[in-house]
Amino acid sequence: MRRRHWEGLGYVLLSLSAGAVLLVLGAVVLFLLVQGAPALSWEFFTSFPRRGMTQGGILPALVGTGYLMAGTVVISVPLGVGAAVWLSEYARGGRWLRAVRVGVNALAGVPSIVFGLFGLAFFVKAMGLGVSLLSGVLTLSLLALPVVIRAAEEALRAVPEEFREGAYALGATPWQAIHTVVLPAALPGILTGAILAVGRAAGETAPIMFTAAAYYTPRLPRSPLDEVMALPYHLYVMATESTFFWKTRHLQYGTALALLVLVLSFYLIAGLLRARARRRKRW
Amino acid sequence: MVTKTRPVEVNQRIEAEAPAFRVRNLSFFYGREKVLKGITMDIPRHRVTAIMGPSGCGKSTFLRVLNRLYERIPGAKATGEVWLDGENILDPRLDVVALRRKVGMVFQKPNPFPKSIFDNVAYGPRIHGVRGRRKLSFIVERALRQAALWDEVKDKLKRSAFDLSGGQQQRLCIARALAVEPQVLLMDEPTSALDPAATAKIEELVRTLSQGFTVVIVTHNLQQAARVSHHTAFLLSGELVEYAPTEELFTRPKDPRTEDYLTGRFS
Repeated sequence: MRRRHWEGLGYVLLSLSAGAVLLVLGAVVLFLLVQGAPALSWEFFTSFPRRGMTQGGILPALVGTGYLMAGTVVISVPLGVGAAVWLSEYARGGRWLRAVRVGVNALAGVPSIVFGLFGLAFFVKAMGLGVSLLSGVLTLSLLALPVVIRAAEEALRAVPEEFREGAYALGATPWQAIHTVVLPAALPGILTGAILAVGRAAGETAPIMFTAAAYYTPRLPRSPLDEVMALPYHLYVMATESTFFWKTRHLQYGTALALLVLVLSFYLIAGLLRARARRRKRW
Repeated sequence: MVTKTRPVEVNQRIEAEAPAFRVRNLSFFYGREKVLKGITMDIPRHRVTAIMGPSGCGKSTFLRVLNRLYERIPGAKATGEVWLDGENILDPRLDVVALRRKVGMVFQKPNPFPKSIFDNVAYGPRIHGVRGRRKLSFIVERALRQAALWDEVKDKLKRSAFDLSGGQQQRLCIARALAVEPQVLLMDEPTSALDPAATAKIEELVRTLSQGFTVVIVTHNLQQAARVSHHTAFLLSGELVEYAPTEELFTRPKDPRTEDYLTGRFS
């Protein structure tokens, strides 16, 4: 009897914690919808901010974030997948392997503001790239890299050993086995992880604050060495630094909503991809 | 530990003309554990040789020495000599890719790649540089016919290999191995995951294949060894206890341990 009571209580508590997660997400989304929806319009997405940011839209920030994400994919995915392939397929124990593994974990634990400052010191100053799209992309790639590596390594390890043995037994070289059998089988998992990592990076403010983001640019970026506006930073400056920040509440919420939808849609794509892969996977 | 070399007389009743493999004093270690203990035997060409014994006797390991697939396991080490075509395949300088083209392998669980039926069979030729649709089609058809699978799959070569039944998948894996035109086919308990009907088909196939290939088949199933093989080797705790023509080994075992095994006193 006693035991059943505890069982019941445990079940209720655990369900509550699970429910709380949904509740928080629901509350955030609902709040942003109510506050931000009035700001949304065609013009909001297609025009520049005007009159000290109290009017107009978020076009340059949207485009800037798009460029940052695309650049981050281009750099962090090949590098991350390469590292993951080495870790899971080539590395055979030893100090070097341990060092890389510790490095990946440490990198994943570094606070994003530290990446921002490192980017400022290294890419912006030391390499002389200046505050630019390129510096921002490189900094965000560092942030996304450990996540991409971990996801890709997990996906590679989930590929059954029998596939590798099958390929090796036919006389495949390690690289042939990897690129003809192992990588294709792991691809859905790798893509899912990469999308999640880049989605996460897209919402970060700290890494781009000193490396790429501009308070305002009068035109869209034309070269990788241009400064860019970006959604998270735009939101930050509108809420804290703009001259009439109390007049721009609805624009701030609209921007927050746009950022949230952008990031969540990435998660959605990742989820769909994963579901599709699971349906088609038969080993 | 003292390595006891098996007396050469175990081989005397095996046909001597140009064996496929000459195994000489082969020992194998996983770390410090000795899994094979000084095995010496000749594996005859164009015959089916069964390696039987209880689980953990080292029979799968023995097979993985013959194509050097054991190398993927960290800490694995083989000593002694295994000769194939005048080359010691344990020589670290040996080209393993060339070895594995000559020595194909079929695994315990059917392991087709997540690709189409055609691409599975064409995999080996492709990685060895065969190009051209017509050439590949020819090779694929020939291999599928050899594996007695062609009639069942000729209309669905583009379908996923996973659409096939377990027995068909295993024959597909045999076709995939045959497509690179090996001399030897190693089979590691190829029917242990299959139902009796599928098993019968594979066994029939094994007998047919021995006309053109040297087959080494590992099994823990006595009846299977008796049905498919010309010669049988009995392995116990890494030691080659007895090796003789199958009929002889099953009817007049020389070693009491073989007799115990055959009469089911341990398994």
